[in-house]
Parts: sequence; structure tokens; C-alpha cells
Amino acid sequence: MTQFITAVLTSLSSGAIYALMAIAIVLVWRSTRVINFAQAGQAVLTTYIGYTVIQRTGSFWIALVVAVVSGAVIGAVIDRFFMRPIFKRVKSGPIVMIAPVVATLGLLGIIQAIIGFVWGITNQSIEAPVSTGGYKIMGTVIAFSSYNLLVLVFVAGAMLLLTLLFQRTNIGLALRASAYSPEIAKLSGIKVDSVRTLGWALAGAFGGLAGMLYIPGYFLYPNAMDLLLVLGFIAAVIGGLESLFGAFAGGMILGFAIIFSTTYISPKLFFPTAFIVLILVLLVKPAGLFAPKKNRGA
Amino acid sequence: MSLIVEGLTIDHGAIRAINNVSFKVPQGQLAAVIGSNGAGKTTLLRTLSGLKEASSGSATWNASPILGKRAEDLARSGIMHVSDGKSVIAELSVKDNLALTGLWRKDKKDVKAATNEVVELFPILGQRMSQSAGSLSGGERQMLAIGRALIARPKLLLLDEPSLGLAPLIVEQIFQTIKSFVKSMNLTVVLVEQNAMGALKIADQGIVLNLGSVVLIDSAEKLLNDPAVRSAYLGF
Ligand SMILES: Nc1ncnc2c1ncn2[C@@H]1O[C@H](COP(=O)(O)OP(=O)(O)O)[C@@H](O)[C@H]1O
Ligand SMILES: [Mg+2]
Repeated sequence: MTQFITAVLTSLSSGAIYALMAIAIVLVWRSTRVINFAQAGQAVLTTYIGYTVIQRTGSFWIALVVAVVSGAVIGAVIDRFFMRPIFKRVKSGPIVMIAPVVATLGLLGIIQAIIGFVWGITNQSIEAPVSTGGYKIMGTVIAFSSYNLLVLVFVAGAMLLLTLLFQRTNIGLALRASAYSPEIAKLSGIKVDSVRTLGWALAGAFGGLAGMLYIPGYFLYPNAMDLLLVLGFIAAVIGGLESLFGAFAGGMILGFAIIFSTTYISPKLFFPTAFIVLILVLLVKPAGLFAPKKNRGA
Repeated sequence: MSLIVEGLTIDHGAIRAINNVSFKVPQGQLAAVIGSNGAGKTTLLRTLSGLKEASSGSATWNASPILGKRAEDLARSGIMHVSDGKSVIAELSVKDNLALTGLWRKDKKDVKAATNEVVELFPILGQRMSQSAGSLSGGERQMLAIGRALIARPKLLLLDEPSLGLAPLIVEQIFQTIKSFVKSMNLTVVLVEQNAMGALKIADQGIVLNLGSVVLIDSAEKLLNDPAVRSAYLGF
């Protein structure tokens, strides 16, 4: 029974982190139709910035804010000064599909190299702001701590804010319109280029949050979030790649599948489980679980 | 106050879609650009609204140049393009579709007034506000696309085949509605159509386009009565 409760709780907190990364990927995909491999690098970079802030101030909370804000700024800068010029120049042919993605891969390498140059490649660590000791249930200590709870609360809060932004504000409407139809958005007078940059900024902020919440349980090194990028990507595809709620649900599904298979069957199943879930979902619903409906009838 | 197009040439790679086209639409007039499929009508409008680059020539609206400006800036300056294919965003609600052209406008009171006018013009939209635009019929989508443009309080309206794919009765209704609001709002309009008859009936001026070149420009009335035009484009 305790094992089951533990599995549920850790599924939630793992899934929440995967969801953050998935949301970052979906935000960029929706706004520019790019799969942003650099997201792992951006998130690590902002986490290193957070790490430096902790060194200077001793405060995880100030570091968290700085990481999220710098994540947004870095995302915006990448879109404005790196991706936008590429899109302006590469306009037709099959290269249009592949060039931006390859560019983000290159960017990932560049960012990781810069991190190595500035901070070195040895493992660093960030101490969690609250206890990482597991709670006690019926006399046994379980693998779910105050810190895991904090992660859940933060992810829920971030999801809520993002949903309100998208559904209740003018900026959210501009973000949605530009994602679904950049052309109609432009013809309606919406500055789609700026809206795209905003999408990258939001994604960067989510990546920054993901890094600061994920790293305290692990180590910080230039490739620290590569695995999380892959899981976030899988979660995003499970959710249909277009939908923010889908990304969240995809992250949670992945969290439960991975934790339950590794808890009850074998710890070796971590990676296979992720891909098995992905393949099952794609076989049953090729467009993902939460792909948006477009037209009436067929 | 007028739209002046001079020597406009537009290419799609090696394909010349518009070849040395010139015409003028005075303020408050409706020009119908007619021509068969592939004549270059859509390409012409896409260039006038900033979606596509021209190869050479010029286009000015109220003496300020159009070419080289961004689509969103032209839209904000009062040039509204209702593109082909009943341009609505299927995933958004009718209400959200209508809201798009009001997002950037400073005068929120007038956005509200304009929205009310559009709902008066197309009452069906008022009943469908919370439905997704994708659930609308073809005619309703066309009304939504036009309504969205009108909420921007445009001065120059570019309409791409509003009648395409609609039932004859709806086509007649759409043309009559266009005619009525164009007059009451004092709009300048370029109406692109394969339905030459329907378009010329509500137009002041007719421009006949064939394979990217202008073959005839005259008053709509004269074109409607021209035997050559009748046999070539009107089918009787
Ligand atoms: N995106 C495009 N790429 C290449 N050729 C195009 C493109 N759009 C249109 N064309 C070509 O330009 C010509 C004019 O097309 P278009 O402007 O769509 O005509 P119309 O709207 O009158 O049917 C056609 O020969 C068409 O094949
Ligand atoms: Mg056309």
C-alpha cells in the first residue's frame, strides 16, 4: 500500500517536470513550427544562471525568479536574432522544414559549449529550498518529500497562469490566432513576428522553471537536461504537439507509466516505457491524444 | 484618395502570375477583377495586402506606397484583405475570430460599436458567437471573414472570391450585402471573382484579367453589355 501511494505521488511530481518541458516544446512548436532541440541547452543555461545567483545570494527563490526571467529573455533573443533571420532567408523547398530544426541542434551544441567554457564541465549541485527527506506514512518513510510537493504546486500554478493567459487575455488570443493561422492573424493586423518571439520567451521561462525544479534532485552539468528534453518531447507528441493541456496530460501519463513500470517491474524499464507509451499512443491516435479539431463533419 | 496600381509585375519563381498590370480605383468605388482560374487574381490581392512581394511596378493607396510594407502594418493602416478559402480560423470561436481585428485598435468603444454593426449586418453570427468557426457553413464562414475585416473599420477592402463554393441563393445574398455595406461605409473595394456576372452587377468598374495581363478595363455597365465580354466571360 505504501509502495502504491509512493508510486502515485512520485509519478505526479516526475510527470509535472516532464510536463513543463513538454509545454516549453509545444509553445515553440505552436508559434514557429520548430522542434526546438536547443530547449535542453536553454534550460540548463538558465539553471546555471540560477546556480550562480544562489552562490552570490544564498537564496533559491531569488535564483528561481532570475532563472525564469533569464529563460524568457534568452528564448526571445534566440528567436529574434537567430531563428527569425533564418526564416527570412530560407523560404522555399524541403530545406524550409529541416533548416530551422538543424539550427536548433547546432544551437544546443553552442550553448552547451558556452556553459562548459564559463562554468566548467564538472558536476555542480543546487540545494533544494525545502526538505527532500521523504514523508512518513504509517511508520515508513516514502520517496515523496516536501520538495516534491513544492514541485507539484509550482507546476500547477504555472499551468494555471498559462491557461489564464491563453484563454482570458488579448495576448493569449493573439498567441492562439498566430499559432493556428499566421496568415489570417497578419491580415487581421496582428504583429505575428512579435507574437512568435513572445511564444519563445514563454517557452524559455518554462524551461527555466523546469531546470530549477529538476536539478536539485540530480546534478548540474552541461548535458544535465538532455534526458528531460527527450521525455518532454515524447510527452508533447503524446499530447498532440499542438495542445498545452495535451502536453500537460502527456507529461503526467509518461510520469505514471515510467514510475509504475520501474517500481513494479524493473528499474531497467525507464527508457523502454517512454517509447512503448509513445508508440502505443501513436498507433491508437496517430495525431496524439489532444490534437485540436478543425472542421465540422468529416 | 484612391488605389493606383502601375506596371505591376509579380512572379512565382519562374511563373509570371501578374504581368505589367495598371489600374486605378477611385475612393468609394468598387472594382471587379474578373478572370478565370489561374488568371492571377489571388496573386494580385496577396501583393496588395503585403503577403507577397512584387517583382516590379508600383502600388499606392492614398498616395502612400504599398509594396514592401508588412501585411500587419497595411492591415492597421486600413487595408483589409479577406483571402480566398473563406478565411476564418477554424479552431477559434466566432467571437474570437471577430475579436482579432479589434485587438490592436485603441478605440475600444468603437470596436464594440463596429462589432454590433457586424452582428446587425449578419445576424446569424450573433447566434453562433460561442461556436467554433470550423462548425459554420460555407456562407456563414464568408460572413464571418467579411465581418472580421469590417470591425477594423477598413478604408480599402480586398475581397477574394467571396462567392466561391456557395449555393446560388447565398451567392446572391452575399453580393447584395457587399453592395449595401460598401455604399453605407464609403469603402473602396477590389473584388476578385470568377463569377463575373455577379461581380460586375455590383461593381462600378470592371477589370478583365487573362493569364496575368489586363485585357479590358471599362465601366462595369459597359462590360456587362459588351458582346465580346458576354460571350467570353459571362457565358451568354
Ligand atoms: N504559391 C505559388 N507558387 C507557384 N505558383 C503559383 C503560386 N500561387 C499561384 N501560382 C500560379 O500563379 C498563377 C496565378 O494564380 P492565382 O493568382 O492563384 O490565380 P487566380 O486566383 O486567378 O486563380 C497560376 O499559374 C498559378 O499556378
Ligand atoms: Mg484565386
